[in-house]
Amino acid sequence: MTCHDVSANRRQILTTVSAAGLTLSFAIAPKAGAAETTKPLNAYVRVAPDGAVTIVAKSPDLGQGVKTMLPMLIAEELDVAWESVRVEQADNDPKTYGRQFAGGSLATPMHWDELRRVGAVARAMLIQAAATAWNCAPGDCVTTAGAVVHKASGKARTYASLALACADIIPPDPKSLMLKDPKAYRIIGKPTPQYDVAKIVTGQPLFGIDMQRPGMLYATYVKAPVFGAKVAGADLDAARAVKGVRKAFVVEGDPNGLFPAGMTGQGLLPGVAVVADSWWAARKGRDRLNVTWADHLTSKQSSRGFAEQAKALAAGKAGRTPRNDGDVDAALKASAKTVEAAYAYPFLSHANLEPQNCTAEFKDGKLEVWAPTQNPEPGRQLCAKTLGLKPEDITVHMVRGGGGFGRRLANDYMVEAAWIARETGAPVKLLWTREDDMQHDHYRPAGFHFFRGGVDAAGNVTALHDHFVTFGEGASVAPSAGMSAAEFPARFVPNVRYEVSAIPLGVPTGPLRAPGSNALAFVFQSFIDELAHAAGADPLAFQIKLLGDKPTVGEAPAIYNAARMIGVLKAVGEMSRWGKTRLPKGEGMGVGCYYSHQGFFAEVAHVAVSSEGAVKVKKVWVAADVGRQIINPHGALNQVQGSVLDGLSAALHQAVTIEGGQVQQSNFTDYPLMRINEAPPVEVKFLTTDYSPTGLGEPALPPAIPALTNAIFAATGKRIRSLPITAEMLKA
Amino acid sequence: MTYTLNVNGKALSADVDGDTPLLWTLRDALGIVGPKYGCGVAACGACTVHIDGQPVRACQVPTETVGTAKVTTIEAMQTHAVGKRVQAAWMELDVAQCGYCQPGQIMSAAALLAVTPKPTDAQIDAAMSGNICRCATYTRIRAAIKRASGQKEA
Repeated sequence: MTCHDVSANRRQILTTVSAAGLTLSFAIAPKAGAAETTKPLNAYVRVAPDGAVTIVAKSPDLGQGVKTMLPMLIAEELDVAWESVRVEQADNDPKTYGRQFAGGSLATPMHWDELRRVGAVARAMLIQAAATAWNCAPGDCVTTAGAVVHKASGKARTYASLALACADIIPPDPKSLMLKDPKAYRIIGKPTPQYDVAKIVTGQPLFGIDMQRPGMLYATYVKAPVFGAKVAGADLDAARAVKGVRKAFVVEGDPNGLFPAGMTGQGLLPGVAVVADSWWAARKGRDRLNVTWADHLTSKQSSRGFAEQAKALAAGKAGRTPRNDGDVDAALKASAKTVEAAYAYPFLSHANLEPQNCTAEFKDGKLEVWAPTQNPEPGRQLCAKTLGLKPEDITVHMVRGGGGFGRRLANDYMVEAAWIARETGAPVKLLWTREDDMQHDHYRPAGFHFFRGGVDAAGNVTALHDHFVTFGEGASVAPSAGMSAAEFPARFVPNVRYEVSAIPLGVPTGPLRAPGSNALAFVFQSFIDELAHAAGADPLAFQIKLLGDKPTVGEAPAIYNAARMIGVLKAVGEMSRWGKTRLPKGEGMGVGCYYSHQGFFAEVAHVAVSSEGAVKVKKVWVAADVGRQIINPHGALNQVQGSVLDGLSAALHQAVTIEGGQVQQSNFTDYPLMRINEAPPVEVKFLTTDYSPTGLGEPALPPAIPALTNAIFAATGKRIRSLPITAEMLKA
Repeated sequence: MTYTLNVNGKALSADVDGDTPLLWTLRDALGIVGPKYGCGVAACGACTVHIDGQPVRACQVPTETVGTAKVTTIEAMQTHAVGKRVQAAWMELDVAQCGYCQPGQIMSAAALLAVTPKPTDAQIDAAMSGNICRCATYTRIRAAIKRASGQKEA
């Protein structure tokens, strides 16, 4: 039994602890059963008689490190040795744990205070238990790595020996507790390897794809290349004739499954399932299906068509004008220099190295799934709705995922596995092929920006106009295809007009690491670099000047902290010896900065471009401001370096293109990822500022791309206005 | 048909079609899941195993062609003199993010160090560029190979 399986004879104490409006619930056991050897102190903490401390990791881990980092917060305030901690992955259980998901770089800001207080509550209960036993005041006691010590006498009791006595103690109000002085931290701030590191390097079963259940069968699921098209015909008997194939059947699917609201992602799309004794047999059966698909209303869409539509829309009246400050046209006329430029970026795939998969078992009206999901509860709701089950009859186990990057916020693979398992009447592991994965993603939306900008003789930006052509219908925008009316440098420039027009789209879109920002940083920071060059200014000094002399601009939640951004810009300038390094011909340095996910990042790239147009990134410097405390420096550095290389990988290589309503790419051969021979060193500096700590899964990515493209301009005089970068664009 | 393979020093039998890629025989028939499926076309390296000491992509090897060759997977690297050092370096430097590609990375690195005990950066690039890390932990992969080979890391 796990600590969050709260049985009927246990009382629950609900305690609201977070200013962010999150409810944390503690499940407290008042009396231990005689046979119970491991005692839950609360929903997150158990102490065993041998001193082993179990801490629950509430949220899914897909490589962002929260299975280690979140328990570190609890362990610090609980005051135990990290070496004595066993981490246990929670199941989906929002009643006990609140929202459990991996997204938005939110694990740190949502849990920094809350989970330290969880540890502090458990520690206070252990102290109370010792004080009661010693007949002294709690204030007479201190703790030290797993034991309560009586200050005056020096006598000590281990946590293990006190755990049972905690059953009779009412937990204190988390808000009433004093948290540790950071100077006393023994776990927070110490580089800590991932909890599962030994399993990872020895190849132990850990990931969704590694799941095994007794009697389990293997499934593959074929969907239409044109998203949402229905099955017109399939040779099911030919598939069934393949040795090892147990079942082959058509799934009607949900006709509205393509674009449901919110983050639950794609529903159950039509397709054909093949279930077999082995996955290879299922694949062989699939190859015999010869599926034909009904025509679909989006089967004429293409990337080239989108680009033509964007150009036409930009020439006409915009669909909407979310921002119109001052008089852009008059200011442009009065500017000393003006620049006009059209930017574009493509659809991108998440390309998780572990293809989407899920194991499901349907028995006695109840469904159990093991899913490498970033977002378990919406998956449970989607399964309930699609299969006509009650949510309480569905259990979702969170299994480690081989990369998330936002793809696994959707749960399409979960509902497919659930449906196929019920139809099959046996436990089923559904595994997508790489080709399925690349051709049925929720893509980073492509986009088009048509800019005009002006600078005055003193090098101030006087006017900016962006007509953003994105995807959507009327005023509604496709998922992750929007832009805030406060997008920088709005509010820092007196005359700004942001217009938006939309193209209808039949391709599912969704959040990819730093959604929105991963594209907007490229276009805005590149265009600002263009304005700097037009003004004859140093690009880094121009950025600092643009940020002005007010520490903050605007009101929460759209507040922009200019002082923090200036801080990282100055730091990255020093780190990279900006303007002080003489570079050979064909080399250059570029700067980009961006605020997203509550993090401030400025980055400088140093590139060399050959006469054939080959780009070599020689080094990237990163200055980051995510507040006063880096919780796990090991994980933090890994996330930042990985994010930067992820951005460079996309900019240098990647595009998903649409033709005939279908994705043209299918594998790493035509959708390349950066490899080790291209990966530059990434030097990172975290500035310490007096703000609450925030997350690192995303915000280092966006500025890496304009740092690269601006460096290419410095090296070659060629402006990259569309991604990915090709040698053709840069040939001398 | 039943094939008896020499995997990690043991004779293991699997009842599979002869054309089944070794990857799937290992994973689904023999329960050896360290080798991972990433692409199925030898483009990512996640399925890397050693056959008679050579790194190969298990997704491209039909089971019927393995014969009596010695198949070694990540699960046996703890008993492999070089592999053990590579795993230790990977742990010390906390290389992984999601970790999915790392068994394949470690198999490629162990094969490299077995023939080139002190590889240069160019040799590391050549031996390791068949292995994709989607999380892009390349800085630490390089450092871990240097550490496992007793070289300066930076």
